[in-house]
Amino acid sequence: MMESFTAVVPMLCVTVAALAVMGAEAFRARGENLPVGGLGIVGLVGAAAASVLLWDRNAVSFGVIKADNFGLFVTMVLLLVGVLTIMLSAPVVGRDGLPKGDYYALVLFSIVGMIMMATANDLLVVFIALEILSIAVYVLTGIRRDDPQAAEAAFKYFLLGAFSSAFFLYGIAFTYGLSGSTRLDRVGAYLAAQSLSDDPLILIALGLLLVGFAFKISAVPFHMWTPDAYEGAPAIVTGFMSTGVKAAAFAAFARVFLSAFEPFSGDWAPVVWLLAAATMVLGTFVGVAQSNLKRMLAYSSIAHGGYLLVGLVAANEVGKAAILFYLLAYAVTNLAAFGVIALLGAREAANDELRDYAGLWHTRPALAALMTVCMLSLGGLPPTAGFIGKWYIFSAAVGAGYYGLAIIGVLTSVVSVFFYLRVVVMMYMADGPAATSAPVETPRVALAALAAAVAVIFYLGVLPARILDLAVASVATIF
Amino acid sequence: MGGYLSVVIYLVMIVAFAIVSLAVARVLRPRRPFAAKLQTYECGAEPFGQAWVQFPVGFYLVALLFIVFDALAVFLFPWVLALRGLGMWAVVAMVVFLAILGLGWFYAFRERLLEWQ
Amino acid sequence: MIPLGHYLFVSAVLFAIGTAGVFLRRNLITILLSIEIMLNAVNLTFVAFGRQLGGFDGQIIVFFVMTVAAAEAAVGLAIVIALYRHRESLNPDAFTALKW
Repeated sequence: MMESFTAVVPMLCVTVAALAVMGAEAFRARGENLPVGGLGIVGLVGAAAASVLLWDRNAVSFGVIKADNFGLFVTMVLLLVGVLTIMLSAPVVGRDGLPKGDYYALVLFSIVGMIMMATANDLLVVFIALEILSIAVYVLTGIRRDDPQAAEAAFKYFLLGAFSSAFFLYGIAFTYGLSGSTRLDRVGAYLAAQSLSDDPLILIALGLLLVGFAFKISAVPFHMWTPDAYEGAPAIVTGFMSTGVKAAAFAAFARVFLSAFEPFSGDWAPVVWLLAAATMVLGTFVGVAQSNLKRMLAYSSIAHGGYLLVGLVAANEVGKAAILFYLLAYAVTNLAAFGVIALLGAREAANDELRDYAGLWHTRPALAALMTVCMLSLGGLPPTAGFIGKWYIFSAAVGAGYYGLAIIGVLTSVVSVFFYLRVVVMMYMADGPAATSAPVETPRVALAALAAAVAVIFYLGVLPARILDLAVASVATIF
Repeated sequence: MGGYLSVVIYLVMIVAFAIVSLAVARVLRPRRPFAAKLQTYECGAEPFGQAWVQFPVGFYLVALLFIVFDALAVFLFPWVLALRGLGMWAVVAMVVFLAILGLGWFYAFRERLLEWQ
Repeated sequence: MIPLGHYLFVSAVLFAIGTAGVFLRRNLITILLSIEIMLNAVNLTFVAFGRQLGGFDGQIIVFFVMTVAAAEAAVGLAIVIALYRHRESLNPDAFTALKW
């Protein structure tokens, strides 16, 4: 009986940590200040250790959670996102007066949902995981109760999230009705036998699932909620949800569509092609027009979703491995960028307009330098992680014969470099509000997290071979 | 289809009876309206204010907590029915489940969500 | 016995009603109710398919969907209350701090 629990151990570690945070907060004396963030990091590190031990074991729990290497790779990315988020949150939670227990518990619970989503082998479990992470993130979006903008962002995110999960669930219902099961392997076996017929119900199920996933990864035209939710949420929460939610959703998307629905790739690949092209183009070109840094990065994260979709369309060995590598590179970079924004904010003013960054180099050189690396990596310039990620994504597209997508991808990357560099130029300008304000000391923990993130960015950019090998090995286990 | 004919006749009779009796009453009855007669009937009590009133937001907070824990009780019913065949593991699983719920309750209590604001 | 197609049709109609409600209604609470209608339409589909396939899976899935829906509704209502405290309005057109 205990054997069957092995695959859920990473999730259990994080769950126990989250419950411990809640318990500690509930039992503490009034006015007592507990280091609950540290408690969360202990749980995440425990989960990471468990994931390392589970590597290459292909453990399955209850038939619905499958800790194969693909799932474990994404789990590791998510745990890294979790640790960095908690470290970067430490100064923000105190500054903005966020409810500490709620905040850390919700972050940890949503990480549980993300890990579950990445390792789920059953459509119903994917749905439940999706809801666990979404519900926690809706609340995190609106966690600043004194901020009307946050409440509005939370509502928009909630509304479209709930709406899209209903579509996703409807797709699951049809898949279940057709194949008699929600297990991905059984669905895959059924669909493989049907691959020559074009039962309209299969296409309806496929379409509904696609819409559900497209909302979650904010692919155009299902991206409307993204800029609002990302702008209204506290910057660090935006960083968390733009990386963690996207990584988890992409993992489930890839697993469902590249394994169970693979026999129907002739039907969905053209649609995803269009989504990818539209997402890259719109994300980039609307991003250019933004004057708010958070909103600009929201559009940039939409565009990055498009690049990931290119890997999904290519669907060859390189493409699948490239998705994993890109997820890691994007997650670390984007989280660090939002971390810098969060650290520069104040309780009264978010300081997230582009002009607030003018002259930042002169007052807070460390943050400006870190932000520069993030912007270069997001823009895909060598020698950073973003460059290698894009390189592999586009070479996968070329390898699979999708020249059009590769060209659109390269062109939009070039355009996107413009708005990333605009931030960099702004920061080194001699005069601006940031240049005249008094220098503030950056909290140690957060600075350590940012430095670690930048180290990972350079490591992936200069010596990507090892991680790429891991990604290739991970992909080999399921597809 | 023949079986449904009686249903159709029945339906027509019901609707016709309602229309005819209301119409006859309208034609025959005298019209002498006054204030008390035109008032909304509320079981004999004097009606006051609007029917659409705003509830204090506190009701919603209590309702929210109730909804969540009430809906989670949905798992208790099948559990009770299947318990005999499932053995000790089911008991342990449910104890863990209820302990987590209990922690949630306690958290809500300590955050003063159960107090009337 | 009522054929499967009828159930699927009813649930599709319910789902469409819910979808239309989300887009057309101008009250946040009604919009939340519309989403609940969509989820319950899906529940009907699950039960109908489950009965057709002759197992309990469909009905068990509905239990999970119901709990998830309740949790979602609770969070949704809480967010609506938070919004209402800031704006004193439940009309979505009043929320314009962020561009749509």
